[in-house]
Amino acid sequence: MMERRKSTPGTKIAVEHLNVHYGKKQVLADICIEIKERQITALIGPSGCGKSTFLRSLNRMNDAVPGARIEGEVRLDGENIYNPRFDVVQLRQRVGMVFQRPNPFPQSIYDNVAFGPRILGIRRRSRLDEIVEQSLREVNLWDEVKETFRKQNALTLSLGQQQRLCIARTIATRPEVILMDEPASALDPIETLRIEDLMRALVQEYTIVIVTHNMQQAARVSDWTAFFLTDDGQIGKLVEYGETGRVFTNPRDQRTVDYITGRFG
Amino acid sequence: MKKPSSQTRVARLPSRPLEFAIESLIRVLGFSAIGFVTLIFIFLLTEGLPAFLQVRPGNLFSTRWYPTFDLYGVLPLISGSALVTITAMLIAFPMGLFTAVFVREVAPNWAREVLKPLIEVLAGIPSVVLGFFGMTMLAPIVREVLGAPTGLTALTGAIILAYMSLPTIISVAEDALDAVPKSYRDASLAMGATRWQTIWRVVVPSARSGILMALMLGMGRAIGETMAVMMVTGNAARMPEGLQAILKPVRTMTATIAAEMGEVAHGSTHYHVLFGIGLILFAITFLINLAVASMMFQKRSRGGLR
Ligand SMILES: Nc1ncnc2c1ncn2[C@@H]1O[C@H](COP(=O)(O)OP(=O)(O)O)[C@@H](O)[C@H]1O
Ligand SMILES: [Mg+2]
Repeated sequence: MMERRKSTPGTKIAVEHLNVHYGKKQVLADICIEIKERQITALIGPSGCGKSTFLRSLNRMNDAVPGARIEGEVRLDGENIYNPRFDVVQLRQRVGMVFQRPNPFPQSIYDNVAFGPRILGIRRRSRLDEIVEQSLREVNLWDEVKETFRKQNALTLSLGQQQRLCIARTIATRPEVILMDEPASALDPIETLRIEDLMRALVQEYTIVIVTHNMQQAARVSDWTAFFLTDDGQIGKLVEYGETGRVFTNPRDQRTVDYITGRFG
Repeated sequence: MKKPSSQTRVARLPSRPLEFAIESLIRVLGFSAIGFVTLIFIFLLTEGLPAFLQVRPGNLFSTRWYPTFDLYGVLPLISGSALVTITAMLIAFPMGLFTAVFVREVAPNWAREVLKPLIEVLAGIPSVVLGFFGMTMLAPIVREVLGAPTGLTALTGAIILAYMSLPTIISVAEDALDAVPKSYRDASLAMGATRWQTIWRVVVPSARSGILMALMLGMGRAIGETMAVMMVTGNAARMPEGLQAILKPVRTMTATIAAEMGEVAHGSTHYHVLFGIGLILFAITFLINLAVASMMFQKRSRGGLR
């Protein structure tokens, strides 16, 4: 489905009055944001302001953190994912995640990509073969590994290849949303550009939310930019959110101006 | 030892001979440990090798062990050891792995705090006690429940050995599971895998070399065990035949050496053959240890890639 981007994209995820505590410490306060469908939303801000925490609250990866408490609503296509009846396993199949450090399993490239489909119960070899090839092609890894991917251990790939493999593993189950937490911060500039190109290609089909501390990267790849900052009480807040062009050229908040002109952070 | 400023020179001088003495002592102890091991090995070789010269291979590697009639077939003893050890591992390995998974991945913290020391206590039970337990409690059960003519069988020995090697298997496997990076679990959970799918498809396979090591170390523990095995296996030096052999008495290499060494004439063929059996046992455990060491080496060199 190569649907063109709509002029007024719909809302994929609506976050309302989200508060996150780790034990006694409040990390995020009153975050409200609408993440647009089939667009790239970049989360920027100095380190420690809660970007990763926010991202992880979109697929409930914070649930497993001891002492984590989450309030507010996160609605995926209108349904609150924190509703007790909402199935976490299904949620994570719809909202995939790529981590900061490439974390392929110490298994073959094939088994890495087939992991998600197998969990969904796909057993037929020919179907798995098809999915694996398709996914590896989509992340432009196919040509590099097509001779060896059935046997080669994923840990023998270069870091950049590993990260593309992790993206392939995520998209193998056709999620609707892909969350990426500084996916290129461990990579060299060439691999970083590759990942960025890849994101531009993937956004035709997926809603992408990316955390980055690199403002050029946010400006280059994203359609929307959200700027997070800790207030005086060290609590993360959403300071500014809007279309990337507007946020970078005409920021409304003085703190955003200071941040993107490099005055702090 | 050192004293401050003005007396430094005076204070240091006597400390040097002391240091030298301590260092020499440590060195002597270290080398003598190596020396003892070498001596034992040489002793084992000089006493054991003649067996292979004095007894024809056709006799030595036959199936009949009747030393009084100069029949020194060691195959029943080797296969006795193998049968008991392998059966023990068939019982202990799955149990140990499940226990390790439970302790590491599933059990709530308080249960882990209780279980871990408990498992360590288990490791400290003397083997005579276990042998006694096997004779008086387990053997009757085996006889009654499985309808074996005697309760002293390969299976009884295997169960006791399984019990003895469990602590080793559990603790080594648990360490292996513990060493699996959190990032693998995160990746799996974020893919929508359940906790069980994450454990069986990601955590356990990622720890496989350590888990294999647990199996090998457990096996090493089992194959060398003597006392408990001698007490509960019935000690009949017969070739195990077929599946029902596990419900019959067997005799292991270790039990043979322990039972007969006290009665043989020093320097006799029988005496040398017992040492020869010791050599074979040594070779087997050496191979197991070698396999473990090479696995650890592989693990370490692969760890660099993570
Ligand atoms: N698992 C956790 N337990 C307790 N505090 C945490 C945890 N993870 C993050 N924090 C704290 O939450 C704050 C926000 O962290 P994070 O979301 O990682 O920020 P960012 O990704 O913007 O650098 C930091 O102060 C951090 O110390
Ligand atoms: Mg972060």
